[in-house]
Amino acid sequence: MRRIGIDVGGTNTDAVLVENEHVLASVKTPTTHDVTGGVRECLRLLVEEELRGVVGRVDGVMIGTTHFTNAVVQRRDLQEVAAIRVGLPSGRSLPPFVDWPKDLARLVKGRVFMVRGGHEYDGRPLVDFDAAAVRRAAREIRDSGIRSVAVTAVFSPLTPECEHAVAEIMLDEMPDVVLTLSHDLGRIGLLERENVALLNAALIDLARRTTRAFSEAVGESSVEAPLYLTQNDGTVMRAELAEAFPVYSFSSGPTNSMRGAAFLSGLADAMVVDVGGTTTDIGHLKSGFPREANRTVEIGGVRTLFRMPDLLSVGLGGGTIVDSDAGAVGPVSVGHRLTSEALVFGGAQLTATDIAVAAGVAEIGDASGVREVDAATVAWAMARFREIVEESVDRMKADSRPLPLLAVGGGAFLVPERVPGISEVLHVSHAAVANAVGAAIAQVSGEVDQVFSGMSRGDAVARAEALARERAVEAGADASSVDVVDVEDLPLAYLPGDARRVRVRVVGEAGPPKA
Amino acid sequence: MSSSDSHAATRPLLLEELEPLATGAWILGAGGGGDPYHAYLNMRELYADGVSVSLVDPLSLADDAAVAVVSSMGAPLVGEERLKDPVMAALAVQQMEQHLGRRFDAVMSVEIGGSNAFQPLMVAAVMGLPVVDADTMGRAYPEAQHSSFAIGDLQPYPLTLADVRENAVVVSRVASWKWMERISRKVCTEVGSVAATCKAPRTGAEVKQWAILHTVTQAIRLGDTVHDARRRKADAVAAVVQHTGGVLLFSGKVVDVARRTTEGFLRGTAKVDGLDEHRGQEFRVDFQNEFTVGWVDEEVRVSVPDIICILDATTGEAIGTEALRYGQRVKVVALPAPAIQTTPKGLEHVGPRAFGYDFDFRSLFGDGA
Repeated sequence: MRRIGIDVGGTNTDAVLVENEHVLASVKTPTTHDVTGGVRECLRLLVEEELRGVVGRVDGVMIGTTHFTNAVVQRRDLQEVAAIRVGLPSGRSLPPFVDWPKDLARLVKGRVFMVRGGHEYDGRPLVDFDAAAVRRAAREIRDSGIRSVAVTAVFSPLTPECEHAVAEIMLDEMPDVVLTLSHDLGRIGLLERENVALLNAALIDLARRTTRAFSEAVGESSVEAPLYLTQNDGTVMRAELAEAFPVYSFSSGPTNSMRGAAFLSGLADAMVVDVGGTTTDIGHLKSGFPREANRTVEIGGVRTLFRMPDLLSVGLGGGTIVDSDAGAVGPVSVGHRLTSEALVFGGAQLTATDIAVAAGVAEIGDASGVREVDAATVAWAMARFREIVEESVDRMKADSRPLPLLAVGGGAFLVPERVPGISEVLHVSHAAVANAVGAAIAQVSGEVDQVFSGMSRGDAVARAEALARERAVEAGADASSVDVVDVEDLPLAYLPGDARRVRVRVVGEAGPPKA
Repeated sequence: MSSSDSHAATRPLLLEELEPLATGAWILGAGGGGDPYHAYLNMRELYADGVSVSLVDPLSLADDAAVAVVSSMGAPLVGEERLKDPVMAALAVQQMEQHLGRRFDAVMSVEIGGSNAFQPLMVAAVMGLPVVDADTMGRAYPEAQHSSFAIGDLQPYPLTLADVRENAVVVSRVASWKWMERISRKVCTEVGSVAATCKAPRTGAEVKQWAILHTVTQAIRLGDTVHDARRRKADAVAAVVQHTGGVLLFSGKVVDVARRTTEGFLRGTAKVDGLDEHRGQEFRVDFQNEFTVGWVDEEVRVSVPDIICILDATTGEAIGTEALRYGQRVKVVALPAPAIQTTPKGLEHVGPRAFGYDFDFRSLFGDGA
C-alpha cells in the first residue's frame, strides 16, 4: 500500500505519503480560499521537494475535507432544493423541512411535494404509487428552475422501489436533474433520513465543483492514481461516487484524526483525545474505527440519523480563556489569535496554553510572560483541565477494561499523564498531520441497515452481509479484501414473521479502478 | 408524585408546556411508550397554525359526560416511518361517535407514558374537544388489561381502530380485556402495525372513580423540572428524584443489552455496571417493552408497578428499551406507582406475577405508596 493522504482543514492543508506502516513524507500549506489551490500546492511540495520529483507508484490519493460541513454550519454555498416525499396518506401533518431551523430552511427549502405511495415494513405497498402526481411535480420542478431534488419514500431502506420510480419519472421530464434518493443515505426513521437527503441535495453543486477541482489538481500533478474522498466512518469512496454524497464527509475531519493517531501509534483499540485551539474531540476507537453514533446527530441544527462517528466535543483547547476571578475555564477561546493574545506571546489574555507553560507541561512562546500568574491559579486551572478530560473520556469509553489514550492535536499537552480507566497516555509522533495520515490509510466500506422478515436470523444476517459486500465493491473496494467489521441485529416488537433489523458493515482495501 | 393542587376546571394548554410534556411523558414511559418527538412536533405545528387545546380537570366532569379514551397502537419502529397524524388520531374517535350515535364531550389518553401522552391532544386539536387531565396507567404498559379501567372491571368494549387508508374496524364485543388486546392487536398487525384506536367510551363518573388523575399536569411539571435543572446546570436526575419523591436506585454504565421478540413484545435484559457510590455492584433490569424488574447484585430491588426509569446521567433524558446500548452512562430511578396499581386487585393486573415473575410486589415506597 502506497498512498497520498490530504487533509483540507479550515486553516491548513496537509499532505502525507504513506507506505505500509511508514509516513515517508509530509508537507503543510495554508488552505486557500478556492480550497484546491492548497491541494495543488501540497502535491507540488510533496512531489518536487520531499520526493525530488520521483513519485513512484501511488495506489490512491485520499482527500478529507470539512468543506461541506462548514457550508451547512455557516449557511453558505447551499442551493435551493425540491422535496418529493412518497407516503401519503401517511405523514401529511409533518411535511419535509418541518423541523429545520428557520434560517437554514429559508436558504434551502424550494418546492415541496407529498404524493401517495410508499411501503409497509413487510414490503406490501402502503397504497398505489401515484405516478401521475409525481409527473406533475416533476414538471413543476422543471419549470421552477430548481435542479436538485431529494426523494424520500416511506420504508425505502427496505423497499426502494418508489424512490426509483420517482427517479425514473424525474429523469424523463428533466434529464439534467440531480437526484438524492434517501435510501442511499439514511436509515429507518423517515424525517431524519429525509433531512439527510435534503442536506445532501443542498450541497450537490458545491460537492461536484469541489470534487472536480480536486480531480483537476491531482490530474495536473505528476501523481497518477485514482482519487478518493474520505467519509464519516473512516473509509473512502471513489471521487466520482462520493461527489453525489457530500453528507458522508460531514465528520471526516475528526474521524481521520482519530484513525491517523491510532495508525501512528500502532493501536486499534484506544480512546482518542484531540485537543485543538477551541475544542477537544473525544472518541473511542474500536478495531481502528470510531464507534458509530446510534442516535440522531444534529448538523447545523438539523436532526439526522445516518453513518456518523460518536464524538463528544467539549470547550477546552489551547486558546481557551481562563478566568480565575469568575472561576471559569472556557468555553470561549481566543482561537487563532492565540499567537497574539496569549500571555506567552506578549498578549494580555490568560489562556489554557499560558497555564500549561506556567505549570511546566508545555514549552511555548516566552515563559516570562506568565511569571505573574500565581501558583494557586495554575493549580486550580490544571485541576479543572484534568476534570474536563477525565469526565469526557469516561463518558465516551464504552468498555470497562482499561484502554490506552492517544493525545493528539496542538493542545495535547492539556491531557494529564494519568486518567482513571486509562492504561497509559500516549503522545503520537507526526501528530500534526494525523488527519492526512488518517485519510491516507482509509479503507472502503459498505453498510446495510434493513428489516428482514420471514427468514431465520442466520439467513437475515447472511443476506445483509452479501448486500453490504456488494455496496463496498461498488464504492471501490477490492472484493477479495472485504471483511465484516460490525454486525448488529434487533428483533422488532409487535412485528410478526420473526422480523429483525440487521445492520452490517464491511470494509476492504481500495481496489484498482474498474475497467 | 405529588398531585392535585387546586386545579382550574378548564385551562388552555400553552405552547410552552408541550416540550416539557414530551420530556416528562418520555420519562414516565418507563422505557416504553415510544419517543414523543413526532407527536410533539405535530402539536407544535398545530399551535403555529393558531390551533390550541384546553385541559379539563377530571373532577369537574359531569357524571354523564362522554369521554373518549385514545391511543396509538403498534410497533415503535413502524411509527418512525409512518408518522403520527392528528387527522388519523381523530378518525378512530369519529368512527366511535358514529358507532355510538352520540358525540364525545372530552378525550383522554390510555397512557401518559411515551408518545400516547400526545394522542388526545392531537384528537382534541382536530375535533375541538377538551383533553382530560388524566390517563389509565400513570406511565406506559404494553397491554389493555394493564389499564386502571381494566383493574376496575369496567366494560372493555366497544373499540374502534382506524388506519390511515380509511380502513376502520369496530370491535363491538369481547369476552375480556385480554381478548380485546388479542383481537385489536391482530387487526393492528394487518394494517401495518400502526393504528389509531378509541377504546371503550367512559362516563365522567367512571373517569373520576377509576382513571389516574392529573397525570398530564404531572408530566408537564416533571418535564419542567428536568428543563429547569438543565438550564441551571444542576443535576437533572436528582431534580427528577426530588420532584417525584422517587428513589435513585443505581448509577453506572450500560455493559450489556440482550433483546428478543416473543409474543409481540420486545423482551430482554440490560446490565449496568456501577459507578460512583455503586462501583463494584451490578444492576440488571428486565424489560417487556417497558422495564419490569430490577436487581442489584441478584437481589430484587424494584418491580412493576413501581415505575423504573433509565435516564441519561447528564441530561436526565429518558432512554427507551430500544435505544439502550453499551457504554451509555445512566442513572436508574424508581418512581412510585399510582395507588390503584398497588391494591390487591391492581397487582393482579400489573404486579410482578402478571408479567410472569414468581414473587410478590414489595413497594420501595412503603405500603400502598
